[in-house]
Amino acid sequence: MFGLRMFPGGTHPHERVNGKSVNGGNAIVDLPAPARVVIPLQQHIGAPAKALVKKGDAVLMGQKIGEAGGFVSAPVHASVSGKVVAVEEIEVAGGARTQAVVIENDHQDAWVELTPAAHPETMSAAELQQLIREAGIVGMGGAGFPTSVKLTPAGDKVIRTLVINGAECEPYLTADHRLMLEKAGQIIDGIRLIMLALDVKRAIIGVEKNKPDAIEALRACCTGVGGDGITVMALPVMYPQGGEKQLVYATTRRKVPAGGLPIDVGCVVCNVGTVYAVQQAIREGKPLVQRVVTMGGLVNNPGNFMVRIGTPVSALIEACGGLQNGTKMLISGGPMMGASLHSDEVPVTKTTSGVLALGDEAIDPEENPCINCGRCVKTCPMQLVPARLDLLVRNGDFDQAEKCGVLNCMECGACTFACPAKRLLTQSCRHGKRVISMRRKQEAAKAAAEKAKD
Amino acid sequence: MRNNFAVASSPHLRSKATTQRIMLEVCLALAPAGIAGVILFGWRAALLIAVCVTTCIVSELLWQLVTRQKVTVNDFSAVVTGLLLAYNLPASAPVWMAVIGSVLAIILVKQLFGGIGSNFMNPALTARAVLFISWSALMSAADPAPISAIYDPIANFVGKLGAGGIDVLSGATPLNALNAGSTEGLSLMSLLMGTHGGMLGETCAIALIIGGVYLCIRGIADWRIPAAFIGTVFVCYFFMGGAEMALYQLLSGGLLLGAFFMATDYATSPITGLGRVIFGVGCGLLLFVIRAFANYPEGCSFAILFMNVATPMIDRFTMPRPFGEVKKHG
Repeated sequence: MFGLRMFPGGTHPHERVNGKSVNGGNAIVDLPAPARVVIPLQQHIGAPAKALVKKGDAVLMGQKIGEAGGFVSAPVHASVSGKVVAVEEIEVAGGARTQAVVIENDHQDAWVELTPAAHPETMSAAELQQLIREAGIVGMGGAGFPTSVKLTPAGDKVIRTLVINGAECEPYLTADHRLMLEKAGQIIDGIRLIMLALDVKRAIIGVEKNKPDAIEALRACCTGVGGDGITVMALPVMYPQGGEKQLVYATTRRKVPAGGLPIDVGCVVCNVGTVYAVQQAIREGKPLVQRVVTMGGLVNNPGNFMVRIGTPVSALIEACGGLQNGTKMLISGGPMMGASLHSDEVPVTKTTSGVLALGDEAIDPEENPCINCGRCVKTCPMQLVPARLDLLVRNGDFDQAEKCGVLNCMECGACTFACPAKRLLTQSCRHGKRVISMRRKQEAAKAAAEKAKD
Repeated sequence: MRNNFAVASSPHLRSKATTQRIMLEVCLALAPAGIAGVILFGWRAALLIAVCVTTCIVSELLWQLVTRQKVTVNDFSAVVTGLLLAYNLPASAPVWMAVIGSVLAIILVKQLFGGIGSNFMNPALTARAVLFISWSALMSAADPAPISAIYDPIANFVGKLGAGGIDVLSGATPLNALNAGSTEGLSLMSLLMGTHGGMLGETCAIALIIGGVYLCIRGIADWRIPAAFIGTVFVCYFFMGGAEMALYQLLSGGLLLGAFFMATDYATSPITGLGRVIFGVGCGLLLFVIRAFANYPEGCSFAILFMNVATPMIDRFTMPRPFGEVKKHG
């Protein structure tokens, strides 16, 4: 049966880090709030939030400090109580620059007045969606798409199934694993609440079967009151099982059309971390001000931490006993899709699932000529031909690359991982995608300008 | 605060597979057939293997030095070419011919077209074809009787084990006999052990199967190519002459060496799974046509070379559709 639950392609990056990824046993520990937090106003896809505070303002924990800057946007909240010392531009993971609110912690953790929903079961879908929006919840698996937008389908789209992503297919990361183990009850409760907000009767939690304890914990909670309609599905261990389209296919046998979204096949996908945040927002009234982060790799005591949003990565590293010699890279996220950090001052955001310290193995080796072995084709979960796309992009033939489907690439990194010639295949596809989308924007702008002239 | 961490585009993790490891494993998989060749054909086989491998390495090195390219000899692909070329020579071939073949394979077929991964025909096979056409008398397996077998005790033992006597070792190759319409004087055991005439690395079926299956299990060669290739030949001969005939055909000539080690050459075979099946079936059909209806007793190298040339076209027509992309109607 497991054989049937497979998406095409895939690879096994876990094998490469055997032993090093086993901090799944480390329970989530509260990381003490740092002396100051730096909270970016852009931690999501869409318009950046607009600052509601200025230098010198006193803020309470959970107070809204940034207002959503549009429909596809999310508000931002203070993760400590204290005083705003600056609103300034900073650099976040991936190198982008954004405005951020810097708060000096008074170490009181004085919360704003919390208003938990008394009877969410009697609330309308729209009311629940509004609660989720106000709590600043975004996709916490890494993409950061505002959750309330995802839960508000456009017009004629019918949603039948809520798919919960508990696959956690990136090596090293165990944040979701621990969350499923320790907060199984809250996650099931959260799923139930999202089902109400979506008005769907069916939810499927997909978990890779290398986490049998998490599967068991979730199943134990499902049998209780209100578990109806929720299935926990054990999935094969295969990267990228947690890819949105791959997960939808594995759990529902439905193929999300190329260029489309899960909603096109009646599905909405949420990460378990997001579900937990929704549960906290509705039941406790708490906005999203902290998240679980795995600190792994070349640190002395790797582990999982409940971290306040805006905590600098250096505080996490310190809590783990410091970096080991030979650390060359810091990664925000997993080793396959994470962004590298040039500095340890970068803050943890809503989408930081992990921070990894990696050594020489993470430095790109020298590239060799393609030998046409086909490993990239075999591993590509989107059924592309990465070797060919690589060549087209390098030759500047972006039109042909687009025809060959480069825009379908989700940059999972499986091809670059598998390539024996160590070619930068994913990187080429990423470059190709960026150039194509840039050209489209330019053409649209040009067309608009000409129209204005007429 | 530390802000001197290296930055790069993801992914930040790589598999252990390298071109060098792959080529080394191919060499390893080719070893049994080479050892069998030396046992069956004696020191001349060892000499030819050594000459081909050395010449291939030296020509690649010199070429890359002279043209000021990056030296890639340490990827072991030249060793693979040398081994394959040697296995495709009769043990009686003169050394100068082995040298010419190796230089042709590396310079003309591989380097002039861009080096590893860029050649459009298999270097060893093309060189063999050139030698075969230029010096057919020296290249033909008409005088393939294992030279050393008469006085080599090991071969003697193997020979006795295989065919009940060394007298079977002399005479025409199995394919000559088969194409003359008879399976007389042939035994399955002799074909499996390689105690019959032929090129020095192609006769011992057991050694080739061990190496080939190893490559497929390790995922280095795509099993689809040998499966489709050998399967097609079997089916064709099964309908032509029955199961026994088909089995003899499979174990004779260069089919196993070609199907496992030369048709699976990455650079000259399609990149997609479906393409590789088509490629294998095409090789099988061409081999059958050449063996059964043409003048050549052996069609393996030409079948593969034809399909090498067809590979870009196969790749073009077997481009997979991206996941979730619907076939356009109308």
